[in-house]
Amino acid sequence: MSTLGTEQNPLLVAIVGSGPSGFYAAEALIKSEIAVKVDVLEKLPSPFGLVRSGVAPDHQKLKQAIKLYEKIADSSDFNLIANITIGIDITVEELCASHHAVIFTCGAESDRKLGVPGEDLKGSYTATEFVGWYNGHPDYRDREFDLSHDVAVIIGQGNVAADVSRILSKTVDELKYTDIAQHALDTLAESKLREIHVIGRRGPAQAKFTPKELREFGELTDCNPIVTEQDLLLGLESISELEEKSNVASKKIYDLFCEFSKRDIDNNKSKQCIFSFLMSPKELVGDSRLEKIVLEINSLSGEPFKQSARGSGKMIELESGILFRSIGYRGIPIKGVPFHESWGIIPNAKGRVTDNDNNVVPQFYTAGWIKRGPSGIIGTNRACSVETVSCLLEDLKKLDNGIKKSGADAIYKILQSMNIHPVNYDDWKKIDAKEIQRGEPKGKPREKYTYIDEMLSVTE
Amino acid sequence: MTTIVTENCIDCRFTDCVTVCPVACFHHDDKMLYIDPDVCIDCSACIPECPVQAIYEGDDIPEDQEKWIEINAERVNGLPVCEEQMEPLPGAEERKTALGY
Repeated sequence: MSTLGTEQNPLLVAIVGSGPSGFYAAEALIKSEIAVKVDVLEKLPSPFGLVRSGVAPDHQKLKQAIKLYEKIADSSDFNLIANITIGIDITVEELCASHHAVIFTCGAESDRKLGVPGEDLKGSYTATEFVGWYNGHPDYRDREFDLSHDVAVIIGQGNVAADVSRILSKTVDELKYTDIAQHALDTLAESKLREIHVIGRRGPAQAKFTPKELREFGELTDCNPIVTEQDLLLGLESISELEEKSNVASKKIYDLFCEFSKRDIDNNKSKQCIFSFLMSPKELVGDSRLEKIVLEINSLSGEPFKQSARGSGKMIELESGILFRSIGYRGIPIKGVPFHESWGIIPNAKGRVTDNDNNVVPQFYTAGWIKRGPSGIIGTNRACSVETVSCLLEDLKKLDNGIKKSGADAIYKILQSMNIHPVNYDDWKKIDAKEIQRGEPKGKPREKYTYIDEMLSVTE
Repeated sequence: MTTIVTENCIDCRFTDCVTVCPVACFHHDDKMLYIDPDVCIDCSACIPECPVQAIYEGDDIPEDQEKWIEINAERVNGLPVCEEQMEPLPGAEERKTALGY
């Protein structure tokens, strides 16, 4: 048999997940010097992962990353097998038999919990559910969010927390020409929220927003950004953090908070988005649903850049009918693939999957949030996937066990035997075109299909 | 709103930024990098990667660097796309030190 990676015997790689890291891994493989065939497996009928269903609808420019993914998908070496769940429709063992290597790029789909009493009260939600819901993700289509209260609380100060707070702070007019799902726009139109509290466990010098996301709060048409001057007092350690030249982003964020704190409140604006620091929720209280949140005041301790929040024992109460937590994300284990329980990732060395004893598991690779945890933005995943693929290509000889693999054909055969019809890239293009067409009369870039059945009916 | 490469990149060209660009919008000549404003999606992933803080986004561009908005837009035409990290230019480390980083 000819050498692996030649036209006669191309390297067959299955990629599990069609988000940014999946596409960047596919790109790196297709651009490599060897012959490859890449099959990307996706759970939903629609590709592009969090660029479609995570990036906020009012950040349409960021979603243009999809243009690059479309170019990658046009390659004859790229194949999409969508609407297929690994571990249910196709097992990991079957993928290993059909392909030389498998790259897991399935992201961090689940939320970290606060771990406090009352967390599961009605009215307490994860940011993931809310983001999925306003972005039309089929898994969250039928969630209901009661926005009939005065006060909402967001726990966390990263970019997801910023997205949730900003969507709640915007008017319908600021959202109606985006690709926000219609059901979400209808619910937001009825919102009675007047105060949106964004609460971080550490101080204003440690908030993890990007300056750009935070700046947007200063430009909202009907919402004042509020920070009290008292909240901006810094300890010596935090001052030295902000003086560090490489920490320029945190300095910009702190300066923006200062600018917000000096602003006069515009009384013509009906909402306030209030940034508060050094507090952690201790209990969510309510009879049948959330009524108030007990927060513990924290102080920082430790060296600069290693400061952690410690509870002071002093509590305050905040009345609120709705809470969203956004304090971190973790992956969901896949049957047959090692998983690090406490980190919520697939354990790996530079993208080579490892078992509990740190031994490399042959054929298995990983990239993106499931490889390194939920940090970084879209582009961070490109460097991450390139690293993984270069390891994979170094292993080329080891991946060749001399047995002929059938790649996608083997997968299609298994699916056919179970009467499962996968969605391919041409099917997706039909869904895509139809969504864009549905958006046109409303002046929206697209109106997404939010039920899987609806998407599938377009492909028939 | 646009993201641009400015003066500090000249004679450094560390190219750490290009590895995290989600849309391959960097171009290069033998002196420095430039961003194609028509391709860039303003994600700002590149900004913290630059060892000499040469990259700025729209609202943050210092006044004395504003001329680079036009230079980036003009220079990208005809220059090759830079998608993978290259060796920094000779003398880049010395220039970095001289710039105070």
